[in-house]
Amino acid sequence: MTGMPWGKQAFVAAAALALAVLPLLTGSFGIDLVTKIMIFAILALSLELLVGMTGLVCFGQAALFGLAGYAAVRLSPESDSASMWWLLPACIGVSGLYALFMGALSLRTKGVYFIMVTLAFAQMAYYVVHDTPLGGGTDGIYLYFKPTLAIGIWTIVDLDKPLPFYYLVLVCLLGVFAKLALLARSRFGRALAGIHANEQRMRAAGYSTYPYKLAAFVVSGCIAGLAGFLFAVKDGFVNPELLSWHQSGAVLIMIILGGLGHLRGAVLGAFAFTLLQELFQSEAVFGPFAKHWHLSLGLIIIAGVALLPNGLIGLPALVRQRLFGESK
Amino acid sequence: MSETLLRCEGLTRRWGGLVAVDGVSLDFALGQVHAVIGTNGAGKSTLINMLSGEIPPSAGTVALMGEDVTGWTQPRRARAGLGRSYQRNTIFPNFSVLENCRLAAQATYQHPWAWWQAASRCERSLGAAREASARAGLNDALDRPAGLLSHGQKRQLEIAMCLATSPKVLLLDEPLAGMGAEETERMLALLSELRAGHATLLVEHDMDAVFRIADWITVMVNGAVIASARPESIRNDPAVQAAYLGGH
Repeated sequence: MTGMPWGKQAFVAAAALALAVLPLLTGSFGIDLVTKIMIFAILALSLELLVGMTGLVCFGQAALFGLAGYAAVRLSPESDSASMWWLLPACIGVSGLYALFMGALSLRTKGVYFIMVTLAFAQMAYYVVHDTPLGGGTDGIYLYFKPTLAIGIWTIVDLDKPLPFYYLVLVCLLGVFAKLALLARSRFGRALAGIHANEQRMRAAGYSTYPYKLAAFVVSGCIAGLAGFLFAVKDGFVNPELLSWHQSGAVLIMIILGGLGHLRGAVLGAFAFTLLQELFQSEAVFGPFAKHWHLSLGLIIIAGVALLPNGLIGLPALVRQRLFGESK
Repeated sequence: MSETLLRCEGLTRRWGGLVAVDGVSLDFALGQVHAVIGTNGAGKSTLINMLSGEIPPSAGTVALMGEDVTGWTQPRRARAGLGRSYQRNTIFPNFSVLENCRLAAQATYQHPWAWWQAASRCERSLGAAREASARAGLNDALDRPAGLLSHGQKRQLEIAMCLATSPKVLLLDEPLAGMGAEETERMLALLSELRAGHATLLVEHDMDAVFRIADWITVMVNGAVIASARPESIRNDPAVQAAYLGGH
Protein backbone atom coordinates (compact mmCIF):
# COMPACT_ATOMS: atom_id res chain seq x y z
CA MET A 1 0.00 0.00 0.00
CA THR A 2 2.66 2.52 1.03
CA GLY A 3 5.01 1.77 -1.86
CA MET A 4 7.31 4.55 -2.96
CA PRO A 5 5.47 7.67 -4.03
CA TRP A 6 8.61 9.28 -5.48
CA GLY A 7 9.46 6.29 -7.60
CA LYS A 8 5.87 6.11 -8.78
CA GLN A 9 5.69 9.75 -9.74
CA ALA A 10 9.06 9.60 -11.49
CA PHE A 11 7.93 6.54 -13.43
CA VAL A 12 4.68 8.18 -14.55
CA ALA A 13 6.44 11.45 -15.49
CA ALA A 14 9.14 9.60 -17.45
CA ALA A 15 6.54 7.51 -19.28
CA ALA A 16 4.48 10.60 -20.16
CA LEU A 17 7.60 12.36 -21.43
CA ALA A 18 8.63 9.34 -23.48
CA LEU A 19 5.18 9.20 -25.09
CA ALA A 20 5.34 12.93 -25.81
CA VAL A 21 8.68 12.75 -27.66
CA LEU A 22 8.08 9.36 -29.30
CA PRO A 23 6.57 10.73 -32.55
CA LEU A 24 9.83 12.60 -33.17
CA LEU A 25 11.72 9.32 -33.23
CA THR A 26 9.37 7.04 -35.10
CA GLY A 27 7.64 6.97 -38.44
CA SER A 28 3.96 6.86 -39.28
CA PHE A 29 3.74 3.15 -38.44
CA GLY A 30 4.98 3.82 -34.91
CA ILE A 31 2.61 6.75 -34.42
CA ASP A 32 -0.34 4.68 -35.61
CA LEU A 33 0.59 1.72 -33.41
CA VAL A 34 1.17 3.76 -30.24
CA THR A 35 -2.06 5.71 -30.83
CA LYS A 36 -3.92 2.40 -30.92
CA ILE A 37 -2.11 1.20 -27.79
CA MET A 38 -2.92 4.38 -25.89
CA ILE A 39 -6.60 3.98 -26.77
CA PHE A 40 -6.46 0.42 -25.42
CA ALA A 41 -4.68 1.78 -22.33
CA ILE A 42 -7.65 4.10 -21.69
CA LEU A 43 -9.96 1.11 -22.07
CA ALA A 44 -7.76 -0.94 -19.73
CA LEU A 45 -7.84 1.88 -17.16
CA SER A 46 -11.65 1.88 -17.30
CA LEU A 47 -11.66 -1.83 -16.48
CA GLU A 48 -9.03 -1.39 -13.76
CA LEU A 49 -11.49 0.90 -11.95
CA LEU A 50 -13.91 -2.04 -11.76
CA VAL A 51 -11.62 -5.05 -11.35
CA GLY A 52 -8.61 -3.66 -9.52
CA MET A 53 -10.18 -0.91 -7.46
CA THR A 54 -13.66 -2.27 -6.71
CA GLY A 55 -13.23 -6.02 -7.13
CA LEU A 56 -15.93 -6.35 -9.79
CA VAL A 57 -14.75 -8.69 -12.55
CA CYS A 58 -16.63 -7.32 -15.55
CA PHE A 59 -16.57 -9.45 -18.68
CA GLY A 60 -18.46 -7.00 -20.85
CA GLN A 61 -16.19 -3.99 -21.15
CA ALA A 62 -16.00 -4.35 -24.94
CA ALA A 63 -19.71 -3.53 -25.24
CA LEU A 64 -19.19 -0.18 -23.52
CA PHE A 65 -16.19 0.42 -25.77
CA GLY A 66 -17.86 -0.57 -29.02
CA LEU A 67 -21.20 1.14 -28.42
CA ALA A 68 -19.51 4.53 -28.20
CA GLY A 69 -17.63 3.72 -31.40
CA TYR A 70 -20.88 2.89 -33.17
CA ALA A 71 -22.49 6.00 -31.71
CA ALA A 72 -19.66 8.12 -33.13
CA VAL A 73 -20.36 6.75 -36.61
CA ARG A 74 -24.14 6.69 -36.41
CA LEU A 75 -24.57 10.13 -34.86
CA SER A 76 -22.26 11.84 -37.37
CA PRO A 77 -24.08 13.40 -40.33
CA GLU A 78 -23.56 11.43 -43.56
CA SER A 79 -22.19 14.22 -45.71
CA ASP A 80 -20.55 16.52 -43.24
CA SER A 81 -18.36 16.32 -40.19
CA ALA A 82 -19.76 16.59 -36.68
CA SER A 83 -18.37 18.87 -34.01
CA MET A 84 -16.55 16.95 -31.32
CA TRP A 85 -17.98 19.32 -28.72
CA TRP A 86 -21.31 17.54 -28.86
CA LEU A 87 -20.36 14.23 -30.50
CA LEU A 88 -17.91 13.16 -27.79
CA PRO A 89 -20.31 13.81 -24.85
CA ALA A 90 -23.06 12.05 -26.81
CA CYS A 91 -20.89 8.95 -27.37
CA ILE A 92 -19.76 8.91 -23.74
CA GLY A 93 -23.40 9.32 -22.77
CA VAL A 94 -24.43 6.29 -24.82
CA SER A 95 -21.84 4.11 -23.09
CA GLY A 96 -22.64 5.64 -19.71
CA LEU A 97 -26.34 4.91 -20.13
CA TYR A 98 -25.70 1.34 -21.23
CA ALA A 99 -23.37 0.95 -18.23
CA LEU A 100 -26.14 2.24 -15.97
CA PHE A 101 -28.58 -0.30 -17.39
CA MET A 102 -26.03 -3.13 -17.35
CA GLY A 103 -24.73 -2.27 -13.88
CA ALA A 104 -28.13 -1.72 -12.29
CA LEU A 105 -29.11 -5.30 -13.10
CA SER A 106 -25.80 -7.18 -13.01
CA LEU A 107 -24.73 -5.71 -9.65
CA ARG A 108 -27.57 -7.63 -8.04
CA THR A 109 -25.43 -10.72 -8.57
CA LYS A 110 -22.01 -11.60 -7.18
CA GLY A 111 -18.85 -13.43 -8.13
CA VAL A 112 -19.02 -15.78 -11.08
CA TYR A 113 -22.67 -14.87 -11.72
CA PHE A 114 -21.66 -11.24 -12.10
CA ILE A 115 -19.06 -12.25 -14.69
CA MET A 116 -21.67 -14.23 -16.62
CA VAL A 117 -24.35 -11.53 -16.46
CA THR A 118 -21.99 -8.80 -17.68
CA LEU A 119 -20.96 -11.13 -20.50
CA ALA A 120 -24.61 -11.66 -21.38
CA PHE A 121 -25.26 -7.91 -21.56
CA ALA A 122 -22.22 -7.48 -23.77
CA GLN A 123 -23.37 -10.26 -26.10
CA MET A 124 -26.77 -8.60 -26.27
CA ALA A 125 -25.17 -5.36 -27.50
CA TYR A 126 -22.96 -7.38 -29.86
CA TYR A 127 -25.93 -9.02 -31.56
CA VAL A 128 -27.78 -5.73 -31.82
CA VAL A 129 -24.97 -4.22 -33.89
CA HIS A 130 -24.28 -7.50 -35.67
CA ASP A 131 -27.80 -8.43 -36.72
CA THR A 132 -29.84 -5.24 -37.02
CA PRO A 133 -29.81 -2.51 -39.66
CA LEU A 134 -28.70 -0.14 -36.88
CA GLY A 135 -25.23 -1.68 -36.82
CA GLY A 136 -24.67 -2.46 -40.48
CA GLY A 137 -23.92 -6.14 -40.01
CA THR A 138 -20.67 -8.10 -39.98
CA ASP A 139 -18.87 -5.75 -42.32
CA GLY A 140 -19.23 -2.79 -40.03
CA ILE A 141 -19.72 0.82 -41.10
CA TYR A 142 -17.49 3.67 -42.18
CA LEU A 143 -17.15 7.12 -40.73
CA TYR A 144 -16.69 9.20 -43.88
CA PHE A 145 -16.13 12.55 -42.24
CA LYS A 146 -14.10 12.70 -39.06
CA PRO A 147 -15.40 15.09 -36.44
CA THR A 148 -13.82 18.50 -36.02
CA LEU A 149 -12.46 19.99 -32.86
CA ALA A 150 -12.69 23.74 -33.38
CA ILE A 151 -13.63 27.02 -31.77
CA GLY A 152 -15.37 29.10 -34.42
CA ILE A 153 -13.25 28.71 -37.54
CA TRP A 154 -10.06 27.96 -35.62
CA THR A 155 -9.31 24.21 -35.66
CA ILE A 156 -7.68 23.14 -32.40
CA VAL A 157 -6.86 19.59 -33.44
CA ASP A 158 -7.14 18.27 -36.98
CA LEU A 159 -8.37 14.73 -36.32
CA ASP A 160 -7.61 13.70 -39.90
CA LYS A 161 -3.87 14.00 -39.34
CA PRO A 162 -2.16 11.21 -37.38
CA LEU A 163 0.21 13.40 -35.39
CA PRO A 164 -2.30 15.88 -33.88
CA PHE A 165 -4.60 12.93 -33.22
CA TYR A 166 -1.76 11.15 -31.45
CA TYR A 167 -1.38 14.08 -29.05
CA LEU A 168 -5.13 14.30 -28.51
CA VAL A 169 -5.15 10.63 -27.48
CA LEU A 170 -2.12 11.18 -25.24
CA VAL A 171 -3.87 14.07 -23.50
CA CYS A 172 -6.96 11.88 -23.01
CA LEU A 173 -4.83 9.07 -21.58
CA LEU A 174 -3.05 11.38 -19.16
CA GLY A 175 -6.37 12.98 -18.20
CA VAL A 176 -8.02 9.61 -17.47
CA PHE A 177 -4.96 8.46 -15.55
CA ALA A 178 -4.97 11.62 -13.42
CA LYS A 179 -8.71 11.43 -12.89
CA LEU A 180 -8.50 7.82 -11.67
CA ALA A 181 -5.43 8.54 -9.52
CA LEU A 182 -7.37 11.32 -7.79
CA LEU A 183 -10.42 9.12 -7.52
CA ALA A 184 -8.43 6.33 -5.88
CA ARG A 185 -7.27 8.55 -3.01
CA SER A 186 -10.64 10.28 -2.55
CA ARG A 187 -13.32 9.23 -0.07
CA PHE A 188 -15.17 7.57 -2.95
CA GLY A 189 -12.06 5.62 -3.95
CA ARG A 190 -11.30 4.53 -0.40
CA ALA A 191 -14.89 3.33 -0.04
CA LEU A 192 -14.46 1.29 -3.24
CA ALA A 193 -11.25 -0.18 -1.80
CA GLY A 194 -13.16 -1.08 1.36
CA ILE A 195 -15.90 -2.72 -0.70
CA HIS A 196 -13.22 -4.66 -2.56
CA ALA A 197 -11.64 -5.86 0.69
CA ASN A 198 -14.82 -6.64 2.65
CA GLU A 199 -18.20 -5.50 1.45
CA GLN A 200 -20.06 -6.88 4.48
CA ARG A 201 -17.93 -4.80 6.85
CA MET A 202 -18.63 -1.69 4.81
CA ARG A 203 -22.37 -2.30 5.07
CA ALA A 204 -22.03 -2.77 8.82
CA ALA A 205 -20.23 0.57 9.06
CA GLY A 206 -23.12 2.28 7.25
CA TYR A 207 -22.24 2.29 3.56
CA SER A 208 -24.99 1.44 1.10
CA THR A 209 -22.61 -0.40 -1.19
CA TYR A 210 -24.88 -0.82 -4.22
CA PRO A 211 -24.92 2.87 -5.27
CA TYR A 212 -21.14 2.98 -4.85
CA LYS A 213 -20.64 0.00 -7.14
CA LEU A 214 -23.15 1.37 -9.64
CA ALA A 215 -21.39 4.74 -9.70
CA ALA A 216 -18.06 2.99 -10.32
CA PHE A 217 -19.69 1.00 -13.12
CA VAL A 218 -21.06 4.11 -14.83
CA VAL A 219 -17.77 6.04 -14.52
CA SER A 220 -16.00 3.01 -15.97
CA GLY A 221 -18.53 2.88 -18.81
CA CYS A 222 -17.96 6.55 -19.62
CA ILE A 223 -14.18 6.06 -19.77
CA ALA A 224 -14.60 2.98 -21.96
CA GLY A 225 -16.88 5.17 -24.12
CA LEU A 226 -14.13 7.76 -24.50
CA ALA A 227 -11.80 4.99 -25.69
CA GLY A 228 -14.44 3.70 -28.12
CA PHE A 229 -15.00 7.15 -29.56
CA LEU A 230 -11.27 7.64 -30.11
CA PHE A 231 -10.98 4.22 -31.71
CA ALA A 232 -13.76 4.90 -34.20
CA VAL A 233 -12.27 8.28 -35.11
CA LYS A 234 -8.79 6.82 -35.48
CA ASP A 235 -9.73 4.18 -38.04
CA GLY A 236 -12.84 5.85 -39.43
CA PHE A 237 -14.43 2.42 -39.24
CA VAL A 238 -16.25 0.23 -36.73
CA ASN A 239 -17.25 -3.43 -36.86
CA PRO A 240 -18.96 -5.81 -34.42
CA GLU A 241 -15.61 -7.28 -33.34
CA LEU A 242 -15.13 -4.20 -31.15
CA LEU A 243 -17.96 -5.50 -28.96
CA SER A 244 -17.03 -9.16 -29.04
CA TRP A 245 -16.21 -11.14 -25.92
CA HIS A 246 -12.71 -11.68 -27.30
CA GLN A 247 -12.19 -7.97 -26.89
CA SER A 248 -13.53 -8.03 -23.31
CA GLY A 249 -11.17 -10.90 -22.60
CA ALA A 250 -8.21 -9.10 -24.15
CA VAL A 251 -8.74 -6.07 -21.88
CA LEU A 252 -8.97 -8.34 -18.84
CA ILE A 253 -5.69 -9.99 -19.85
CA MET A 254 -4.10 -6.55 -20.27
CA ILE A 255 -4.80 -5.50 -16.71
CA ILE A 256 -3.87 -8.90 -15.27
CA LEU A 257 -0.64 -9.00 -17.27
CA GLY A 258 0.22 -5.45 -16.19
CA GLY A 259 -0.62 -6.03 -12.54
CA LEU A 260 -4.02 -5.69 -10.88
CA GLY A 261 -4.50 -2.93 -8.34
CA HIS A 262 -2.25 -0.40 -10.06
CA LEU A 263 -3.22 2.18 -12.67
CA ARG A 264 0.32 1.94 -14.09
CA GLY A 265 -0.26 -1.80 -14.44
CA ALA A 266 -3.24 -1.24 -16.72
CA VAL A 267 -1.23 1.03 -19.04
CA LEU A 268 1.78 -1.25 -18.94
CA GLY A 269 -0.43 -4.24 -19.70
CA ALA A 270 -2.02 -2.52 -22.70
CA PHE A 271 1.44 -1.84 -24.12
CA ALA A 272 2.79 -5.32 -23.39
CA PHE A 273 -0.26 -7.13 -24.75
CA THR A 274 -0.54 -5.14 -27.98
CA LEU A 275 3.20 -5.19 -28.67
CA LEU A 276 3.34 -8.96 -28.09
CA GLN A 277 0.39 -9.38 -30.40
CA GLU A 278 2.13 -7.31 -33.10
CA LEU A 279 5.33 -9.27 -32.60
CA PHE A 280 3.74 -12.70 -32.94
CA GLN A 281 1.67 -11.55 -35.93
CA SER A 282 4.78 -10.31 -37.73
CA GLU A 283 5.75 -12.51 -40.65
CA ALA A 284 9.11 -10.77 -40.78
CA VAL A 285 10.00 -12.33 -37.42
CA PHE A 286 8.12 -15.60 -37.36
CA GLY A 287 7.64 -16.36 -41.05
CA PRO A 288 4.74 -18.68 -41.83
CA PHE A 289 4.32 -19.47 -38.13
CA ALA A 290 2.98 -15.91 -37.69
CA LYS A 291 -0.50 -17.08 -38.64
CA HIS A 292 -0.53 -19.17 -35.46
CA TRP A 293 0.01 -16.02 -33.37
CA HIS A 294 -2.88 -16.91 -31.05
CA LEU A 295 -0.90 -19.92 -29.86
CA SER A 296 2.34 -18.05 -29.20
CA LEU A 297 0.53 -15.14 -27.55
CA GLY A 298 -1.44 -17.57 -25.36
CA LEU A 299 1.69 -19.41 -24.28
CA ILE A 300 3.58 -16.24 -23.41
CA ILE A 301 0.60 -14.97 -21.38
CA ILE A 302 0.37 -18.25 -19.47
CA ALA A 303 4.10 -18.01 -18.77
CA GLY A 304 3.73 -14.37 -17.76
CA VAL A 305 0.93 -15.03 -15.30
CA ALA A 306 2.73 -18.07 -13.85
CA LEU A 307 6.08 -16.33 -13.40
CA LEU A 308 4.81 -12.86 -12.45
CA PRO A 309 2.04 -13.31 -9.90
CA ASN A 310 1.79 -9.53 -9.45
CA GLY A 311 2.05 -8.76 -13.14
CA LEU A 312 4.68 -6.65 -14.89
CA ILE A 313 4.37 -4.00 -12.20
CA GLY A 314 5.69 -6.52 -9.67
CA LEU A 315 8.74 -7.37 -11.78
CA PRO A 316 11.23 -4.95 -10.15
CA ALA A 317 10.29 -6.14 -6.66
CA LEU A 318 10.59 -9.76 -7.80
CA VAL A 319 14.04 -9.14 -9.29
CA ARG A 320 15.19 -7.32 -6.15
CA GLN A 321 13.97 -10.21 -4.04
CA ARG A 322 15.74 -12.81 -6.19
CA LEU A 323 19.00 -10.88 -6.46
CA PHE A 324 19.36 -9.53 -2.95
CA GLY A 325 17.08 -11.84 -1.03
CA GLU A 326 15.17 -8.82 0.21
CA SER A 327 11.89 -9.76 1.76
CA LYS A 328 8.91 -7.48 1.65
CA MET B 1 -34.97 1.94 34.41
CA SER B 2 -32.96 4.03 31.98
CA GLU B 3 -33.82 4.86 28.41
CA THR B 4 -34.38 1.93 26.05
CA LEU B 5 -32.41 2.44 22.83
CA LEU B 6 -33.06 -0.85 21.07
CA ARG B 7 -36.08 -3.08 21.45
CA CYS B 8 -37.21 -6.19 19.64
CA GLU B 9 -40.63 -7.76 19.94
CA GLY B 10 -41.64 -11.26 18.90
CA LEU B 11 -38.54 -11.53 16.73
CA THR B 12 -38.63 -14.84 14.87
CA ARG B 13 -36.54 -16.42 12.14
CA ARG B 14 -37.39 -19.70 10.45
CA TRP B 15 -35.08 -21.52 8.08
CA GLY B 16 -37.44 -23.91 6.36
CA GLY B 17 -38.83 -26.05 9.14
CA LEU B 18 -36.19 -25.01 11.67
CA VAL B 19 -37.00 -22.16 14.03
CA ALA B 20 -33.64 -20.52 14.73
CA VAL B 21 -35.04 -17.66 16.79
CA ASP B 22 -38.48 -18.02 18.31
CA GLY B 23 -40.46 -14.97 19.39
CA VAL B 24 -37.70 -13.12 21.22
CA SER B 25 -38.64 -9.83 22.90
CA LEU B 26 -35.80 -7.90 24.55
CA ASP B 27 -34.90 -4.35 25.62
CA PHE B 28 -31.45 -2.82 25.47
CA ALA B 29 -31.05 0.26 27.63
CA LEU B 30 -28.52 3.07 27.70
CA GLY B 31 -25.80 2.45 30.26
CA GLN B 32 -26.34 -1.29 30.43
CA VAL B 33 -24.37 -4.28 29.23
CA HIS B 34 -26.97 -6.85 28.29
CA ALA B 35 -25.40 -10.25 27.75
CA VAL B 36 -27.07 -12.95 25.67
CA ILE B 37 -25.76 -16.41 26.44
CA GLY B 38 -26.63 -19.87 25.21
CA THR B 39 -25.05 -22.96 23.73
CA ASN B 40 -23.88 -23.15 20.12
CA GLY B 41 -26.92 -23.11 17.88
CA ALA B 42 -29.12 -21.37 20.43
CA GLY B 43 -29.79 -18.60 17.90
CA LYS B 44 -27.61 -15.82 19.33
CA SER B 45 -25.89 -14.96 16.05
CA THR B 46 -29.16 -15.08 14.12
CA LEU B 47 -30.61 -12.71 16.72
CA ILE B 48 -27.70 -10.26 16.28
CA ASN B 49 -27.99 -10.51 12.51
CA MET B 50 -31.68 -9.65 12.65
CA LEU B 51 -31.07 -6.72 14.99
CA SER B 52 -28.31 -5.35 12.77
CA GLY B 53 -30.37 -5.85 9.63
CA GLU B 54 -28.30 -8.49 7.87
CA ILE B 55 -31.10 -11.06 7.96
CA PRO B 56 -34.76 -10.08 7.61
CA PRO B 57 -36.94 -11.55 10.37
CA SER B 58 -39.75 -13.98 9.55
CA ALA B 59 -41.88 -12.18 12.12
CA GLY B 60 -41.56 -9.51 14.78
CA THR B 61 -40.28 -5.96 14.93
CA VAL B 62 -37.09 -4.07 15.78
CA ALA B 63 -37.23 -0.52 17.13
CA LEU B 64 -34.18 1.74 17.34
CA MET B 65 -34.59 4.75 19.64
CA GLY B 66 -38.34 4.47 19.44
CA GLU B 67 -38.49 4.20 15.65
CA ASP B 68 -39.59 1.03 13.86
CA VAL B 69 -36.55 0.01 11.77
CA THR B 70 -37.70 -3.51 10.84
CA GLY B 71 -37.77 -2.68 7.13
CA TRP B 72 -34.49 -0.75 7.13
CA THR B 73 -31.34 -2.06 5.48
CA GLN B 74 -28.24 -2.68 7.54
CA PRO B 75 -26.37 0.43 6.25
CA ARG B 76 -29.32 2.65 7.13
CA ARG B 77 -29.55 1.20 10.64
CA ALA B 78 -25.79 1.62 11.03
CA ARG B 79 -26.02 5.29 10.08
CA ALA B 80 -28.84 5.71 12.60
CA GLY B 81 -26.53 4.57 15.41
CA LEU B 82 -26.41 0.78 15.39
CA GLY B 83 -22.82 -0.45 15.48
CA ARG B 84 -21.73 -4.05 15.42
CA SER B 85 -18.60 -6.12 15.65
CA TYR B 86 -18.18 -9.59 14.26
CA GLN B 87 -17.23 -12.92 15.77
CA ARG B 88 -14.61 -13.48 13.08
CA ASN B 89 -12.21 -10.65 12.39
CA THR B 90 -13.62 -8.52 9.60
CA ILE B 91 -10.91 -5.89 9.53
CA PHE B 92 -9.26 -4.72 6.29
CA PRO B 93 -5.90 -6.51 6.63
CA ASN B 94 -4.02 -4.49 3.99
CA PHE B 95 -4.98 -1.09 5.38
CA SER B 96 -3.25 0.56 8.32
CA VAL B 97 -4.98 0.54 11.70
CA LEU B 98 -5.78 4.23 11.34
CA GLU B 99 -7.17 3.75 7.82
CA ASN B 100 -9.39 0.90 9.06
CA CYS B 101 -10.92 3.25 11.62
CA ARG B 102 -10.96 6.22 9.26
CA LEU B 103 -12.85 4.29 6.61
CA ALA B 104 -15.40 3.21 9.21
CA ALA B 105 -15.71 6.81 10.43
CA GLN B 106 -16.11 8.04 6.85
CA ALA B 107 -19.47 6.26 6.79
CA THR B 108 -20.91 9.13 8.82
CA TYR B 109 -19.54 11.69 6.33
CA GLN B 110 -19.44 9.98 2.97
CA HIS B 111 -19.45 12.82 0.40
CA PRO B 112 -18.47 10.49 -2.46
CA TRP B 113 -18.91 13.13 -5.16
CA ALA B 114 -15.96 15.23 -3.93
CA TRP B 115 -13.51 13.05 -5.81
CA TRP B 116 -10.76 15.66 -5.94
CA GLN B 117 -10.40 15.71 -2.14
CA ALA B 118 -7.93 13.25 -0.65
CA ALA B 119 -9.52 10.94 1.89
CA SER B 120 -6.30 10.91 3.91
CA ARG B 121 -6.86 14.62 4.60
CA CYS B 122 -10.49 14.24 5.60
CA GLU B 123 -10.27 15.83 9.07
CA ARG B 124 -13.73 14.74 10.15
CA SER B 125 -13.12 11.05 9.63
CA LEU B 126 -9.52 11.29 10.85
CA GLY B 127 -10.59 12.92 14.09
CA ALA B 128 -13.18 10.24 14.80
CA ALA B 129 -10.71 7.52 13.81
CA ARG B 130 -7.97 8.80 16.14
CA GLU B 131 -10.42 9.09 19.01
CA ALA B 132 -11.82 5.59 18.44
CA SER B 133 -8.41 3.94 18.16
CA ALA B 134 -7.23 5.75 21.29
CA ARG B 135 -10.26 4.54 23.24
CA ALA B 136 -9.65 0.98 22.07
CA GLY B 137 -6.00 1.23 23.15
CA LEU B 138 -4.43 1.11 19.68
CA ASN B 139 -2.54 4.40 19.82
CA ASP B 140 0.85 2.74 19.39
CA ALA B 141 -0.16 0.78 16.32
CA LEU B 142 -1.85 3.42 14.14
CA ASP B 143 0.46 3.02 11.14
CA ARG B 144 0.77 -0.75 11.21
CA PRO B 145 -1.01 -2.83 8.57
CA ALA B 146 -4.00 -4.32 10.39
CA GLY B 147 -3.16 -7.81 9.14
CA LEU B 148 0.07 -7.80 11.18
CA LEU B 149 -1.60 -7.12 14.54
CA SER B 150 -1.79 -9.76 17.27
CA HIS B 151 -5.10 -11.55 17.63
CA GLY B 152 -6.04 -9.50 20.68
CA GLN B 153 -5.23 -6.24 18.91
CA LYS B 154 -7.35 -7.30 15.94
CA ARG B 155 -10.29 -7.79 18.32
CA GLN B 156 -9.60 -4.32 19.75
CA LEU B 157 -9.55 -2.95 16.21
CA GLU B 158 -12.96 -4.53 15.56
CA ILE B 159 -14.31 -2.54 18.50
CA ALA B 160 -12.45 0.61 17.42
CA MET B 161 -13.98 0.39 13.92
CA CYS B 162 -17.37 -0.01 15.52
CA LEU B 163 -16.78 3.04 17.76
CA ALA B 164 -15.49 5.15 14.87
CA THR B 165 -19.03 5.38 13.47
CA SER B 166 -20.21 6.96 16.78
CA PRO B 167 -22.91 4.39 17.46
CA LYS B 168 -25.46 4.55 20.27
CA VAL B 169 -26.03 0.80 20.37
CA LEU B 170 -23.19 -1.74 20.31
CA LEU B 171 -23.86 -5.29 19.14
CA LEU B 172 -20.75 -7.23 20.08
CA ASP B 173 -20.47 -10.80 18.86
CA GLU B 174 -17.95 -12.65 21.06
CA PRO B 175 -15.40 -9.85 21.45
CA LEU B 176 -13.35 -12.05 23.82
CA ALA B 177 -13.10 -15.09 21.54
CA GLY B 178 -9.60 -16.55 21.49
CA MET B 179 -8.11 -13.94 23.82
CA GLY B 180 -5.49 -14.54 26.51
CA ALA B 181 -6.05 -13.61 30.15
CA GLU B 182 -4.34 -10.23 29.92
CA GLU B 183 -6.09 -9.31 26.68
CA THR B 184 -9.41 -10.32 28.22
CA GLU B 185 -8.79 -7.99 31.17
CA ARG B 186 -8.05 -5.11 28.84
CA MET B 187 -11.16 -5.77 26.75
CA LEU B 188 -13.37 -5.99 29.84
CA ALA B 189 -11.99 -2.68 31.09
CA LEU B 190 -12.80 -1.17 27.70
CA LEU B 191 -16.32 -2.60 27.72
CA SER B 192 -17.10 -1.19 31.18
CA GLU B 193 -15.73 2.16 30.08
CA LEU B 194 -18.09 2.12 27.07
CA ARG B 195 -21.04 1.12 29.21
CA ALA B 196 -22.08 4.64 30.19
CA GLY B 197 -22.57 6.08 26.72
CA HIS B 198 -24.06 3.07 24.95
CA ALA B 199 -26.62 0.32 25.07
CA THR B 200 -24.51 -2.82 24.69
CA LEU B 201 -25.54 -6.28 23.59
CA LEU B 202 -22.81 -8.76 24.40
CA VAL B 203 -22.83 -12.29 23.03
CA GLU B 204 -20.09 -14.18 24.83
CA HIS B 205 -19.07 -17.71 25.78
CA ASP B 206 -16.71 -16.78 28.60
CA MET B 207 -19.08 -17.13 31.60
CA ASP B 208 -16.72 -15.59 34.17
CA ALA B 209 -16.43 -12.49 32.01
CA VAL B 210 -20.18 -12.34 31.41
CA PHE B 211 -21.03 -12.52 35.10
CA ARG B 212 -18.42 -9.90 35.91
CA ILE B 213 -19.55 -7.31 33.43
CA ALA B 214 -23.21 -7.83 32.55
CA ASP B 215 -25.99 -5.77 34.12
CA TRP B 216 -28.60 -8.05 32.64
CA ILE B 217 -28.41 -11.57 31.26
CA THR B 218 -30.67 -13.33 28.80
CA VAL B 219 -30.36 -17.09 28.33
CA MET B 220 -31.41 -18.67 25.04
CA VAL B 221 -32.01 -22.35 24.35
CA ASN B 222 -33.10 -23.63 20.93
CA GLY B 223 -33.98 -20.15 19.71
CA ALA B 224 -36.18 -19.20 22.66
CA VAL B 225 -35.50 -17.10 25.75
CA ILE B 226 -35.73 -19.25 28.88
CA ALA B 227 -34.64 -16.58 31.32
CA SER B 228 -33.91 -12.85 31.30
CA ALA B 229 -32.92 -11.24 34.58
CA ARG B 230 -30.12 -9.73 36.69
CA PRO B 231 -26.97 -11.88 36.90
CA GLU B 232 -27.59 -13.01 40.50
CA SER B 233 -31.06 -14.34 39.66
CA ILE B 234 -29.74 -16.07 36.52
CA ARG B 235 -27.02 -17.79 38.53
CA ASN B 236 -29.62 -19.27 40.88
CA ASP B 237 -32.29 -20.04 38.29
CA PRO B 238 -32.84 -23.83 38.30
CA ALA B 239 -34.04 -23.90 34.68
CA VAL B 240 -30.88 -22.12 33.50
CA GLN B 241 -28.66 -24.41 35.56
CA ALA B 242 -30.34 -27.46 34.12
CA ALA B 243 -30.25 -26.24 30.55
CA TYR B 244 -26.93 -24.52 30.30
CA LEU B 245 -24.70 -23.67 33.18
CA GLY B 246 -24.31 -27.25 34.37
CA GLY B 247 -23.95 -26.24 38.01
CA HIS B 248 -21.61 -23.34 37.35
